Amino acid sequence: MQKALLIDPDKCTGCLQCELACSYEHEGVFNPSKSRIRVFTFHQEGRFVPYTCTQCAEAWCQQACPVDAITLNSETGAKDVNDSACVGCKVCTIACPFGTVNYNHSTGKVIKCDLCGGDPKCVSACPTQVIVYVDADQTGYEKMRQWAKQTDNSPAASA
Amino acid sequence: MQYIVAGAGPAGVVACETIRKLSPDASITLIGAEPEPPYSRMAIPYLLSEIIAEQGTYLRKTDGYYEQMNINRLQQRISGIDASASQLKLDNSESLDFDRLLLATGAIPINPPIPGVDLEGVRHCWTLEDAREIAARAKSGSSVVLMGAGFIGCIILESLVKRGVNLTVVERGDRMVPRMMDDTAGNILKQWCVDKGVRVLTSHSITAIEAGEPLSVVLDSGESLSADLVILATGVHSNIDYLQDSSIETDQGILVNGYLQTTHPAVYAAGDVAQGRDFSTGEFTVQAIQPTAVEHGRVAATNMVQDNTLEHQGSLNMNVLDTLGLISTSFGQWMGVAGGDSVCIVDRERYKYLNLQFKDDVLVGISSLGHTENIGVARGLIRGKVSLGQWKVHLQKNPERLMEAWLACSVGVA
Repeated sequence: MQKALLIDPDKCTGCLQCELACSYEHEGVFNPSKSRIRVFTFHQEGRFVPYTCTQCAEAWCQQACPVDAITLNSETGAKDVNDSACVGCKVCTIACPFGTVNYNHSTGKVIKCDLCGGDPKCVSACPTQVIVYVDADQTGYEKMRQWAKQTDNSPAASA
Repeated sequence: MQYIVAGAGPAGVVACETIRKLSPDASITLIGAEPEPPYSRMAIPYLLSEIIAEQGTYLRKTDGYYEQMNINRLQQRISGIDASASQLKLDNSESLDFDRLLLATGAIPINPPIPGVDLEGVRHCWTLEDAREIAARAKSGSSVVLMGAGFIGCIILESLVKRGVNLTVVERGDRMVPRMMDDTAGNILKQWCVDKGVRVLTSHSITAIEAGEPLSVVLDSGESLSADLVILATGVHSNIDYLQDSSIETDQGILVNGYLQTTHPAVYAAGDVAQGRDFSTGEFTVQAIQPTAVEHGRVAATNMVQDNTLEHQGSLNMNVLDTLGLISTSFGQWMGVAGGDSVCIVDRERYKYLNLQFKDDVLVGISSLGHTENIGVARGLIRGKVSLGQWKVHLQKNPERLMEAWLACSVGVA
C-alpha cells in the first residue's frame, strides 16, 4: 500500500515548521519560499491551511513536461522532478490545476513535493500532527482526484 | 490494425504511447521528417542557452525507448493522402497503407513577405538544424537582429542574451507578446528587456534584409542595422499544404469534430495542425501549445483505438514565458468577455502585473507578470468553472489570493 500525506487543517497553528523543514531538506536553507508545502492564511477566519501536491494519478505536470523530466517514483508513488533534465520552461507550473508546482527562483527549475523519498520531513516537523503520512486511500484526496477525472480526457478517466 | 502517426512531436509521440497502451499488439509507425529522435521544439532555447545538450531536447530519454514500445520509426516527409484508398504518400514516392491515420504534422514558421529572408545568416529558430546554425553565428559580441517579439521571439530572446550577443528586437506590434498580454503588461515586459540592455523597437517593421558580411537590416524608419545573424520569429501556421489534393478539409488547421476526427473517418488530427475545440469559447481553433498537443494526442489516439468513445472537452489556452527572468503567464480569456468584469493590479517599478477576468462569479481568464506562486491554480479555477461566491469579492480586493480562493471554494478546507 502506497502512502500519502493527510492534512487536517483544523489542527494547524500556522507555525510554518513544515515549510522550514521542507526547505531545509531539499535546499539546505530555512527559506519558506523554497518550500514545496505551503501554509495559506485566512486571517478573518483565523485559519491556516497547509497544502501541497497530492501526487495525483493524472499527473498533469508529468504529461505537460516537454522533456520527460517528471517521472513516477514507483516506490513512493510521487511524481519526481529530475533536476538535470528540467530545462526550466515552467509549463508544468501552469499545467498543474492545483497550483502545487512552483519553481526555484535561484535555479529557474521547478520544484514540487517528492514525499522526501518516503520519509516526509513536514510530517516529522509538525508539532500538532496536522500532517500525517498514511495509507493513500485514507487521505480524503479522493475527492480531488475525482475532480481531476471530471475535467481530464485520459482514457482511464473515461473507463 | 495498422496505425500510422505522421509527425514526431509531442502529439505524435503521446498518441503512439496511448495506442500501445490500449492495443498491445497493434502495428504502430511513427513518421518524422527530421533525422533526430523525436524532440521538443520548446526545449531549443535551453539548448541555445547551453543549459542542455541536444539529447536534452529529446521527448523520451530512455535508450531504445521506441524499440521497447514496439513503435516503428520512419524518417520521411509526407507528400499527400489518398484517404479513400487509405494510403499515405511519402516524398520518396512510396505509399503506406493504414487502417487509422493520425496527422500530427505540427506547424511551420511563416516567412515574412520581405526581400532577403532566404539569405545565408537569416534563420528561423524552429528545428535542431536551425539551432546549430544559430549557435554557430550567435557568438559573444556578434550582432543579432530578432524579428518578432511574440511568444517564440521572447523565449529565444533570453537565450540570445545569455550567449552574450548584441541584440536588437524588432516588433511590428505596439508591445511585446501582443497575443498573450494587453498593452500595459506587454509594455512592462518591454521595459524590463530594455532595462536589461536589450534594444527593443516596437511599432517598427523590417522592410528588407540585404546581403553582405555582415547583413544589413533595413527598417521602415530608414535606419539600417548590421547583423551577423537575423532570426525570424514572425509566427507559425499549421503544416497542411500536403493536404491540398486530398478530401480532408482544412481551414486554419485541419478541421476536426469533438473526437479529433477529420472529415475522413479513418483519419484523425492532433496538436498544432488540428483545429480543435477551445475550452473557453467552445469554438474550434488552432492553439499550438504543448499542453494542448499532448491532450490532443491522447484523446485522438483513444478514439482511433476505441471508436470515438472519448469526447474532447476542449483545451484551455495557456502560456508561460520566462523573459530574462521575468515570468509571464496567460490563461483562457485573459482579454475578458462581454458582460464580464475584472480586476487588475499593476506595479510598474517592480514589473508586476496581475489581471483576473470574471464572468458572473466564475474566473474565465488571467494574465500576469511576476506573479508565479501557485499560479497553476488558475487553471483549476477556470477549468473547474468553480463558483467563487463571496470569494469573487475577496479576489477583487486582492487578486493575489487565488490559492486561498481555490482552497475555500473547491477543496472546501477553509
